[in-house]
Amino acid sequence: MNGYLRSDGRKGIRNVVIVAYLVECAHHVAREIADSFRGHDVHLIGFPGCFPNAYADRVMRQLATHPNVGAALLVSLGCESFDRNGLGQAIGVSGRPVHSVVIQESGGTATSVAEGQRWVEETRKRLAKTPTVEMETSDLVVATICGGSDATSGLTANPAVGRASDLLIQQGAAVIFEETGELIGCERFMAARAANEGLGREIVACVEKAARYYTAFGHSSFAPGNADGGLTTIEEKSLGAYSKSGKSTISGLIKPGDVPPHGGLYLMDVVPDGEPRFGYPNISDNAEIVEMIASGAHVTLFTTGCGSVVGSAISPVIKVCANPDTFRRLGDDMDVNAGRILEENASLDEVGQEIVDTILRVASGEATRSEALGHQEFILTYKTFDPIGPSCLPG
Amino acid sequence: MTDSSNDPRLLRLAENDNICATRSTIEAGEAIMIGGHEVTVPRQVPIGHKIAVRAIEAGETVFKYGAPIGSATEFIGPGDYVHTHNLKSDYLPTYARGTSHES
Repeated sequence: MNGYLRSDGRKGIRNVVIVAYLVECAHHVAREIADSFRGHDVHLIGFPGCFPNAYADRVMRQLATHPNVGAALLVSLGCESFDRNGLGQAIGVSGRPVHSVVIQESGGTATSVAEGQRWVEETRKRLAKTPTVEMETSDLVVATICGGSDATSGLTANPAVGRASDLLIQQGAAVIFEETGELIGCERFMAARAANEGLGREIVACVEKAARYYTAFGHSSFAPGNADGGLTTIEEKSLGAYSKSGKSTISGLIKPGDVPPHGGLYLMDVVPDGEPRFGYPNISDNAEIVEMIASGAHVTLFTTGCGSVVGSAISPVIKVCANPDTFRRLGDDMDVNAGRILEENASLDEVGQEIVDTILRVASGEATRSEALGHQEFILTYKTFDPIGPSCLPG
Repeated sequence: MTDSSNDPRLLRLAENDNICATRSTIEAGEAIMIGGHEVTVPRQVPIGHKIAVRAIEAGETVFKYGAPIGSATEFIGPGDYVHTHNLKSDYLPTYARGTSHES
């Protein structure tokens, strides 16, 4: 497969233009600009808040310089607190075309939309000439997530993703799994797989942090649909979720925005540090997908039992459907049918390999179902993190 | 894994589990083999949901994948449907539709 070589040495599997609003007040202008290029790899992202936040700042920088991103248009109202100059500079230094539209300076909505459209139009022509280079599986960072889970998720799709994860890691790729709020009870299993004891202790501590955090809210990461689908407790949901991490050694613990330094399996801690300050962490699935993209994920494996239909801006989502009934009802939105493990006695290894093959085709340019259907969801909210400690990335 | 003394629709995930997941829906009233004995299933167990494969006392731990997934809130007989009506988390409560939950 081929990829787009970026100045930091990473290779992308897409070459999108992002249009990023830096406060909700600039959202409409940004959307009008992006909408004029529907179907042409121009993705709308943004941060709605006017209060400053170091996490949001970092995530936006990582997203704007992601290997799948070729250029960035920033849309600012003008008076918001987001550090648009810092962001613009970081993008420029990365060698990508970047431009800022400041609505209050350019003269309002109509002129800003026109300015943005002109710039995106010219930039798309420049990007069409971006050279490609050869790309290996070992260049890939693959995110994994489960969403809309039911009881079949942990029986079919998640363990199949676990097989795929092990295959990818054997070939040198990096794979990220996350949602420590759904790994409640699994910490001792994970610590036993950690690359060393210090990392094992960090992993246990981060799951304990998640348990405390959710206890403070009196509400675990559990939706009514999970119960309708046969999952009874957070421990049971966690074990099902955990099965997508396969059997590889856990190489490190990262936080949103940290890029895996080399191939291997990485656990992402998504629960904020300190007292709960900003409400529920990860209010819906796309929030975690965004965080793994900020950590360099080229593509996301998304397992679903009840049937999630989301995709994502920037990096394509591959839907692995766990439940054969759901696949029949929502098959147009699904890339892989793992439900056949229950109905046709397909093996986990077969479906695991099918998942790996799908990733390679998607990396080579094939659109996923959610991409073809136009899904480009994006959420970014407020969080706070301490940097990871030295034991989190041993060797 | 399935074994010959269990209905093929029962999916046993670990040796010491006291429940199995189902490969497809088992209807109320069906007589199925569990552990070599014929058992009449009192309630429907939908695909992927849990069915007890031996008697579970009130307060006893329920095991799936070889790990604890909560405790029984009442006596559960073999063949019985296991879910929010008779199994609770040992960590955090599960909210279903229609229950009020302020946070």
